[in-house]
Amino acid sequence: MSLDKDTVRKIAILARIRVPADALDGLSVELSNIIGWVEQLNEVDTEGVEPMTSVADMDWPRRDDEITDGGRAQDILANATDPEPAPGGKDGGGFFTVPKVVE
Amino acid sequence: MSYLISGESGDWEVVIGLEIHAQIVSQAKLFSGAATAFGAGPNTQVSLVDAAMPGMLPVINEYCVEQAVKTGLGLKAKINLHSVFERKNYFYADLPQGYQISQYAEPIVGEGTVVLDMPDGETRDIGIERLHMEQDAGKSLHDQDPKRTFIDLNRSGVALMEIVSKPDLRSPEEAGIYLRKIRSILRYLGTCDGNMEQGSMRADVNVSVRPAGSDALRTRTEIKNVNSVRFVMQAIEHEAERQVEAYEAGGEVVQETRLFDAAKNETRPMRAKEYAHDYRYFPDPDLLPLVLADEDVERIRKSLPELPDDKKARFVSDYGLSAYDAGVLVAERETADYFETAAKGRDAKQAANWVTGNLFGALNKAGKAIAESPVPPGALGGLLDLMADDTISGRMAKDVFDEMFETGKDPAAIVADKGLEQITDTGEIEAVVARIIAENPDQADDVRSGNDKAIGWFVGQVMKATQGKANPKMVNDLLREKLGG
Repeated sequence: MSLDKDTVRKIAILARIRVPADALDGLSVELSNIIGWVEQLNEVDTEGVEPMTSVADMDWPRRDDEITDGGRAQDILANATDPEPAPGGKDGGGFFTVPKVVE
Repeated sequence: MSYLISGESGDWEVVIGLEIHAQIVSQAKLFSGAATAFGAGPNTQVSLVDAAMPGMLPVINEYCVEQAVKTGLGLKAKINLHSVFERKNYFYADLPQGYQISQYAEPIVGEGTVVLDMPDGETRDIGIERLHMEQDAGKSLHDQDPKRTFIDLNRSGVALMEIVSKPDLRSPEEAGIYLRKIRSILRYLGTCDGNMEQGSMRADVNVSVRPAGSDALRTRTEIKNVNSVRFVMQAIEHEAERQVEAYEAGGEVVQETRLFDAAKNETRPMRAKEYAHDYRYFPDPDLLPLVLADEDVERIRKSLPELPDDKKARFVSDYGLSAYDAGVLVAERETADYFETAAKGRDAKQAANWVTGNLFGALNKAGKAIAESPVPPGALGGLLDLMADDTISGRMAKDVFDEMFETGKDPAAIVADKGLEQITDTGEIEAVVARIIAENPDQADDVRSGNDKAIGWFVGQVMKATQGKANPKMVNDLLREKLGG
């Protein structure tokens, strides 16, 4: 399978990556090569073989329903640009802010 | 009683399917240890996992899985012992991961059935397509600042169940009854609190129309995030009419996402987002498939409470209630429990009438839920006892009940304090009857000459003379004896 320019443009938009128009040709060749390489796996006959979801045969760790985290809004917001303190003051938490989203 | 929209070209049938998002009742989130409680300060219930910090790994909350299984069993649905979490990819400011962990190709619960009790006493089976678990997103506040949108991630990562119906619903009314029924089942199970005002339950509504009698499905539209039963019904009505008008004007219906505007009473398209529906699902590489053991499912099955349908059947067979009364009483578990306590060892039909009549009326007027009733079920039972042993008349009981509701006092105490005991002493009543007849010879003659209705006037006079305390049946019998009516 090979990817045409339009498909590459669509993938870039979906991934929110800005790709200049003159880079699309090169990228479609590179991505097509990657897909072609992975497609070699299709040569293996997997009829009747269960999908392998992990190389380690392990039990999935699970949590009890207990509150063990939270209460640290200042840590959560530490890297935020332009956070907005909640009206209740510092311990009342605060908001992330982004340019206005209009629906 | 089918719901049809009559257009110029003939009648149109409406086809509706609901996707209900229900927040799972749990202390902590689906994949992190942060709290789920409503109303906390912004971002105070957020872990590094919920904020999608690099390198964080989700670890599933076992209780949330049990809650989903429990719900599946309550919907009489197939439990899939093997299910898979996938990433649903899209960009939005309140979705820090850039994807929602959800289930797609292999959900935890498969097909099931919900029985609707229709107002005409009939039942309707509505198919459940699937139930899957997913994470909620954060909350965007658009109205706090002229230039910025504020983001609170407290909801981010909270466990949701999405319950998808088959397109089996045929009217706004059915959709409303279905939503109420699901809410009732979830509340019985304790897997979702069903609080639509706080957003614990909301619905996406899929609507299409087709000429009556046709079997083919036409293009549907999806109305997003409707948050009350009433709005669901209104949205369907308006959207179905819009589609009929579009077809009859020679136009088409476009598959799109719409919003219901309750203020303007219309649906309108959401701003078209290019590629918005290309979610590129793939299995989440951070998570293994979710594998359940048969024993786990059986253990959960054994823990199920009696559900509304079974309770209704029991109320009909054990208490001799009508299907309608039983349906009203079982809609909320609290009401059913109240009724059973009040009815225990007593006349169940009478208890049902008092609960659905006087109690509901008083609660409604006071704007209270049954759990906040000033009259506890035992006290209502006590009132029924006072009627049963003839201490008070049914008429007097209504006044005593109002007093109980007002003051929270015990019925026996109210009756004793106010001296409301019914007069059942024949001699005492006879004396009053004799006096009233003597004082009103004209009316007495009227009755004697065959005007049976006039006897009611005498009953009223005797009751008035005894401040309503005379036993009405005895008064009636004595008057008939004396006046030969």
